[in-house]
Amino acid sequence: MFKVSSNPHIRSKDTTSRIMQYVALALLPTTIFGVFNFGLHAMFLVMITVSATVLSEYIYDRCMKKEISIGDFSAVVTGLLLALNLPPEAPLWIGVIGGVFAIIVVKMLFGGLGQNFMNPALGARCFLIISFTSIMTNFDCDAYTGATPLAAIKTGESAPELLDMIIGRTAGTIGETSMIALLIGAVFLLVMKVIDLRVPGSYIVSFIVFILLFGGRGLDVNYIMSQLAGGGLMLGAFFMATDYVTRPITKNGQYVFGIFLGVMTGIFRIFGPSAEGVSYAIILGNLLVPLIEKVTKPTAFGKKKTKKEAA
Amino acid sequence: MSDINNEAKQGSMEVFFNGLVKENPTFVLALGMCPTLAVTTSAVNGLGMGLTTTAVLVLSNAIISLLRHIIPNRVRIPAFIVIVASFVTMVELLLEGFIPSLYSALGLYIPLIVVNCIILGRAESFASKNPVIPSIFDGLGMGLGFTVALTAIGAVRELLGAGELFGIPVINNVLGMFTTVEYVPISIFVLAPGAFFVLAALTALQNRVKRKMQEKGQNVDKIQSGCSSDCAGCSDSGCAHRFVDVDGAPGSVADAKANQKKEG
Repeated sequence: MFKVSSNPHIRSKDTTSRIMQYVALALLPTTIFGVFNFGLHAMFLVMITVSATVLSEYIYDRCMKKEISIGDFSAVVTGLLLALNLPPEAPLWIGVIGGVFAIIVVKMLFGGLGQNFMNPALGARCFLIISFTSIMTNFDCDAYTGATPLAAIKTGESAPELLDMIIGRTAGTIGETSMIALLIGAVFLLVMKVIDLRVPGSYIVSFIVFILLFGGRGLDVNYIMSQLAGGGLMLGAFFMATDYVTRPITKNGQYVFGIFLGVMTGIFRIFGPSAEGVSYAIILGNLLVPLIEKVTKPTAFGKKKTKKEAA
Repeated sequence: MSDINNEAKQGSMEVFFNGLVKENPTFVLALGMCPTLAVTTSAVNGLGMGLTTTAVLVLSNAIISLLRHIIPNRVRIPAFIVIVASFVTMVELLLEGFIPSLYSALGLYIPLIVVNCIILGRAESFASKNPVIPSIFDGLGMGLGFTVALTAIGAVRELLGAGELFGIPVINNVLGMFTTVEYVPISIFVLAPGAFFVLAALTALQNRVKRKMQEKGQNVDKIQSGCSSDCAGCSDSGCAHRFVDVDGAPGSVADAKANQKKEG
């Protein structure tokens, strides 16, 4: 069926840098909306975070006498994702520290792109949240004051209008608020076949099922939609859980991975002390990827399971 | 056997510096990780924990070395633990009486010194096979190596995580000379993850220094005493032995080890 002839082969156009450029492009609507929503400071924050990640990768490569790898655009994507995870009024040095940590500690020290066991942007986000809790959870800005939609739901206050949450006119991190902008980027990635629906689909479906079972609100469409649109679920599901390096390779493993993320996000959101849990869920999932891959390794054609024979 | 006896004459100072640098219990042997990660939230705590452990280690090494011909090989581990536990209890009561602040800061980790791998490891691999004086120096070197490592980790964590050093806000003092900017502590460093970051970074630094020394041609190998370099024929597990006492009384630890060597 699939003949593999001798070389020369036709090379696929999908190089690493091309895929990363698509992802960066897909994040643009969200970024632009974030800047439009939160003001100029958000733009400076995005710019300084991206330059921090790119520069630290360049400096690391120079110091370690390695090939300069910033041409693959992965540092740009990491910086962009990290910046979209920051509160709009965070001081600029937060972006610098986070960018340096993401690239140097989470990515380069483990061997660079393809070797990191954890999504660098999320690793840095968790580092920042643990280190500077008060700064990272302060979502007050010129445009909005008060709790994020998820926090409001959690404490029983009235959540913002559902339409506002879907458009993104709520408090939150720079990139998480607008469901529409994120979905535009996600559809672009799906059409370009950069990502597929296995991880995000199983993630979102299992999260909805979990919310239905344990949310205590029954089939409340308004509640479910606000859980989907508020917080970082869309950003995490389509842009961070689908990271090629830190998701399982096997098809079945990707479903397992997505379901694990959905359940963990639900547990964090409903039973945890804080309102949000996407980033911790994805990081935990990243750590389990080697095990998931081991369990879901498909058997090679012609090989039977040798369980009985060995005994 | 004559080789081994020659090696046994190595100076006490060499044994001492072995524990301090070449076989540093924290950075090289990776022993005693539980107190290393748990109590090094500040330099003072690291120093206190290190010195407490050193005191216990020196005393227990001395006593175990004295009793090495008497303790039967089969029950050596329980016997070691009884000896270590009595010293830990003494140290614990002394700390509670005289340095209550340190006592409350270290808390549960003082009784846990009993099961510290460094102490049992040195008892098993050194004190039970060697005369008293080298054992005391081994305990002193290992203990001080542990102290230096813990204080270093504690200092870095305190400096980054709280902006202080031994309780003094040094970073803000320095910043205050030039600007009005206040240091925002990176509090992850006083929490559990920070311990891993700092330990890894310092271990990497130590390895780098070691490699530089090697490039300069200095001898950084561990003391290879008691080892015939014949690993296939070696019966001692863990490869931690270095002197074998051939004059051990029948049935004692030293005797059993020596017999094992002969048969091997």
